[in-house]
Amino acid sequence: MKIIVLVKYVPDIEAGYRFNSARRLDRTGEGLLNQLDEYPLEEARRLALELGAEVVALTMGPDEAEEAARRALQMGADRAVHVLDDALEGSDAVATSLVLAAAIGALGGADLILCGAGSADSTTSLIPVQLAARLQIPALTGAASLTVSNQVATIRRDQDTRSLELTAPLPALVSVTDKANEPAYPSAKAVMLARKKPVAVLDLEELEVDPAAVGPGAAKVTVMEIEPVPPRAGGQVLEADSDDVVAAFVSLLQANALI
Amino acid sequence: MSEILTLLDDPAADQERLALAGTLGVAVGVRVVGGAELIARPGTVARALAHLVADRPVAAVILPAGLFGAEVGSLLALVLGSAVITDVIAIGRDLTATKAIMAGTARSRARVSASPAIFTVQAGIDVAPSGAPAEVVEIAPDSAEISEARVEVKGVAERTALGNRPDLLSANIIVSAGRGAGPDLSAIEELADALGAAVGGSRAAVDAGWVDPSLQVGQTGKTVSPKLYVAAGISGAIQHQAGMRGSALIVAVNEDPDAPIFEVADLGIVGDLAEVLPAAAAAVRGL
Repeated sequence: MKIIVLVKYVPDIEAGYRFNSARRLDRTGEGLLNQLDEYPLEEARRLALELGAEVVALTMGPDEAEEAARRALQMGADRAVHVLDDALEGSDAVATSLVLAAAIGALGGADLILCGAGSADSTTSLIPVQLAARLQIPALTGAASLTVSNQVATIRRDQDTRSLELTAPLPALVSVTDKANEPAYPSAKAVMLARKKPVAVLDLEELEVDPAAVGPGAAKVTVMEIEPVPPRAGGQVLEADSDDVVAAFVSLLQANALI
Repeated sequence: MSEILTLLDDPAADQERLALAGTLGVAVGVRVVGGAELIARPGTVARALAHLVADRPVAAVILPAGLFGAEVGSLLALVLGSAVITDVIAIGRDLTATKAIMAGTARSRARVSASPAIFTVQAGIDVAPSGAPAEVVEIAPDSAEISEARVEVKGVAERTALGNRPDLLSANIIVSAGRGAGPDLSAIEELADALGAAVGGSRAAVDAGWVDPSLQVGQTGKTVSPKLYVAAGISGAIQHQAGMRGSALIVAVNEDPDAPIFEVADLGIVGDLAEVLPAAAAAVRGL
């Protein structure tokens, strides 16, 4: 059995980030493995132990994205593949799913493709279903739990007023939410072992993807303006044991016509 | 005049989205006929919408924000060679869309350079209700011969999370519980009842089982913008702030004076919420 986990290198939003002159996010700054990708990695690690499987981490991004691949190796992936090509900068979702589908094809496909619920930088969740459609496999998205047995994947998906049990035969794609598990922090031994695991690099030529189909030229969204949201000014901070606390709360409610 | 197709899925938010559509062109509601299995058939819904687009003068398609809307938009973009902008909070007459990015620390204005433009629009957007009744088209999508037809719904378990409280997305006031608030949420519920507020929770409170998952506020839950957000026992990690920093007013109660939530609170109270909230509730009831 083979499991491919999609992982993404994202900027560390709290450390600061930049947009370049073309209003595209600078993806070469300080960053890390997208936190929501830890959950599918943990599912893959568990399933590999349970069922016996090879786990391959797949990422697409600039040189720095190797860090995300390395982290995935520490979290249990056996090897990683990094799609790296200058033409990819500024690709939209349609181009990204095209490239990932080609990369999965080049890897000989997989029984199970796992991904996270979204990425910290965009949280659009557009890629999973496009990728499944391109690979012509079923997608089970928003999994709060996942089991695999007898070549069938079963998930629980929580909606506002109900929970659904959904199944699909393998090969399938499953997106896993942060409700699915509690990712284990890699041990010192796992970190050491990860140094010896391979990260293969593939470019567009090797994937036989036309560079004209990716990048800003192919993107169908034009960003006209990006502006920082001014930080909220912190207001009054009171100690609870002062007599003013309840009065301050009530006067705030009254001043804003909330009661 | 061009049509703006609007997928209907929730009576409250549908009216907002139809009103928004009416400011951009002729609003046409689209109701999809189907059962629980539709949630697993975004591609089938996208194909049915693509057929409508082929037959009508459609300038834009408006979908509900959330996973299902994003998936329908994503697959519609793939079928039509267009693109989708998700989680939009406003759309201008020139179809320029505004959305929060980077965990709510920045905003972008962008447009789709293909037709039709596709958007998913958040509930609770600021738009005047339209008096004009919109045309509503019903579509009953075929279970097409595409890969998602292999997804089956094996079970449906109903949950009731809300009780008599207002809906999180339309509430004027939300009292929200964090890691420091449980397991006994009676102080939170008492203040919420006094204010007629909705109850929400941080991811920690949901993971602990104190708050229903449908009431989670933050990056992996709902994005809310009430008139008042009371954060009780919530430290205020960036993932939580992404879901609530658009609130008009924020009041934070936390025992830790260094909690990041105080940096964004209009009123911060350092202390024990089990004492502060009931005292505040009593004062509100006494007014």
